[in-house]
Amino acid sequence: MILDVENLTMRFGGLTAVHAVSFQARRGEITALIGPNGAGKTTVFNCITGFYRPSEGRLTLHAAQGPVALQKLPGHRIARAGVARSFQNIRLFPGMTVLENLLVAQHNRLMAATGWGIGAVLGLSRYPAAEAAAVQLARHWLEATQLLARADDPAGALPYGAQRRLEIARAMCTEPALLCLDEPAAGLNPRESDELAALLLRIRAQGTSILLIEHDMGVVMRISDRVVVLDHGRKIADGPPAEVRADPKVIAAYLGDGDEDEAA
Amino acid sequence: MKPAAALRDAALAALVAFGLFAPLVGLRTEVAEGGLALRGRWDDVAWLCLLAFLGRFALMALAGRRLHVSVPAWLHRASRYAVPCCLGLVVVLPWLPFVERYELDLGILVLTYVMLGWGLNIVVGLAGLLDLGYVAFYAVGAYSYALLSLSFGLSFWVCLPLAGILAAFAGVLLGFPVLRLRGDYLAIVTLAFGEIIRVVLTNWVSLTGGPNGLSGIPRPGLFGLAFTSEEGGFADFFGLEYDPVHRVIFLYYLILGLALLTNWVTLRLRRQPLGRAWEALREDEIACRALGINVTVTKLTAFAIGAMFAGFAGSFFATRQAFISPESFTFIESAIILAIVVLGGMGSQLGVAIAALLLIGGTELFRDLAEWRMLIFGAAMVVIMVVRPRGLVGTRTPSIALGERRAIGGNYVSEGH
Repeated sequence: MILDVENLTMRFGGLTAVHAVSFQARRGEITALIGPNGAGKTTVFNCITGFYRPSEGRLTLHAAQGPVALQKLPGHRIARAGVARSFQNIRLFPGMTVLENLLVAQHNRLMAATGWGIGAVLGLSRYPAAEAAAVQLARHWLEATQLLARADDPAGALPYGAQRRLEIARAMCTEPALLCLDEPAAGLNPRESDELAALLLRIRAQGTSILLIEHDMGVVMRISDRVVVLDHGRKIADGPPAEVRADPKVIAAYLGDGDEDEAA
Repeated sequence: MKPAAALRDAALAALVAFGLFAPLVGLRTEVAEGGLALRGRWDDVAWLCLLAFLGRFALMALAGRRLHVSVPAWLHRASRYAVPCCLGLVVVLPWLPFVERYELDLGILVLTYVMLGWGLNIVVGLAGLLDLGYVAFYAVGAYSYALLSLSFGLSFWVCLPLAGILAAFAGVLLGFPVLRLRGDYLAIVTLAFGEIIRVVLTNWVSLTGGPNGLSGIPRPGLFGLAFTSEEGGFADFFGLEYDPVHRVIFLYYLILGLALLTNWVTLRLRRQPLGRAWEALREDEIACRALGINVTVTKLTAFAIGAMFAGFAGSFFATRQAFISPESFTFIESAIILAIVVLGGMGSQLGVAIAALLLIGGTELFRDLAEWRMLIFGAAMVVIMVVRPRGLVGTRTPSIALGERRAIGGNYVSEGH
């Protein structure tokens, strides 16, 4: 098990966006979080990645160095604990090059190598070696996401699909134990969706667990090991894709009540 | 736009101009025998209307085309040698034959603003935090040096780092409460901070001398050699004839050294993780947080380092003037420094240096025009911002590249918040 969500509740004033949701993401698996618009998926994500502080409940990351209570950590510590995320509306550093985007992702490791800035200014440090290693890691993920040829272009100049891939590459450069992706296939054409699915399987194969919010059911059913379904802030189903697809409650949730705007 | 439409538009503009200028310019009252007499100046009105007509027509005719002036290729190639050449010129400036005391003083003034611009560039240009109260740190540095040297008799070289540290401390002090603010709110709070410092300096009479300021601030020496005519002074030691210009030349090199230090540290930091984190913060703060960057600490370092250089510049200012008062640290100083950074192109070191030269040197150049010079100054600024909305150097150079380093167009780079 990599992530254990217990009784997660998130209230915004009088509105309960997420109501006592519990599920687990297993190590080395792809867990998909699905549900109609407004089901509270992104709210769950924001709680896990530290953008919201949950009203109630526990979030435990079982990282290599032991269990970590995510709900207690400040936002920037969560990434250091081993959770990386992408955003529904892409958030790159558009004025920086693709390579720079990936180096910013390795900030903490590089910063430690510079002796927190002082040594680096004077040129007395292990920094050059650390930077070379960081560029090597960036190069690895640029190859994996087919962006190597565009490494020196500004991120804002990339086409939409490439920006999505770059966001995943940037998240992977933090070397996370758990990668959280918020609708990575949104706006991609079928060929790009297939490439994305292959990329996610490759990430899983090298040992990173994935938690995925996705509306593209083709992608979800093809690559997920486990699917958690939310509706109106509650969990209504949890199991392997085939089982969830046949669940009458899930079918009712998707075909039944109308859509609401997503809570986040 | 079609010529006919442009003509109609220009005619309309001329009509509006006539409506405005006819009473304002056309009719003039003059003192005459037995009261006032009305004199018509209709030829002036006609000229003004014609000017409005032509101006509007030109604007309309050009509206379809892009007004961005692109740098020609040969200029781009030449620019590689421009920086070393300019630097060489700046270094040998005191020895050039036509350079007198006045030119040296002007050079010192320009270099002070170059340094302040480079310092503020860290906060505004790199980290994207709009700071309208930068002069506060300049004041902290100046008063730190003045008080330390007057009260404890410490030398300039001891006080300089202390003044920097105290200013950096003031930066952290300001940084803490304003970290959660963005954009306009941040600008207002920093503006207020600048005013608070000035008001404190004015009213804390027992410490700062209030509006009377502090005078008799010691001058710096070169390794203990004072620039005086007495025995054991600089001139005596080197067997030169005493000349007050020696001190000015020394001050010139001192501020040049300090400015280059600012530039060197900034350029180095830009290629370091800290500098990249600043720029990333300017681009997207939320993404930074998701990548595990401690946004609070990163912003504080930008504030502190920017403030430290203002502190250095402040102690230089105090030692040059030998007199400081709150008068020197008004909001207009902050505005000028910010204008230098914005005009130069946010984040560009070269642009800031050019802008400081234009703004400070330019206003000196037009001193003969008296009150008209502010008009020219304002018009020049409007023209530059229309032609090059991203500042003189609007592109961003990447800090690292796998292949060739290519400048990034200003339209991709965000301006911070």
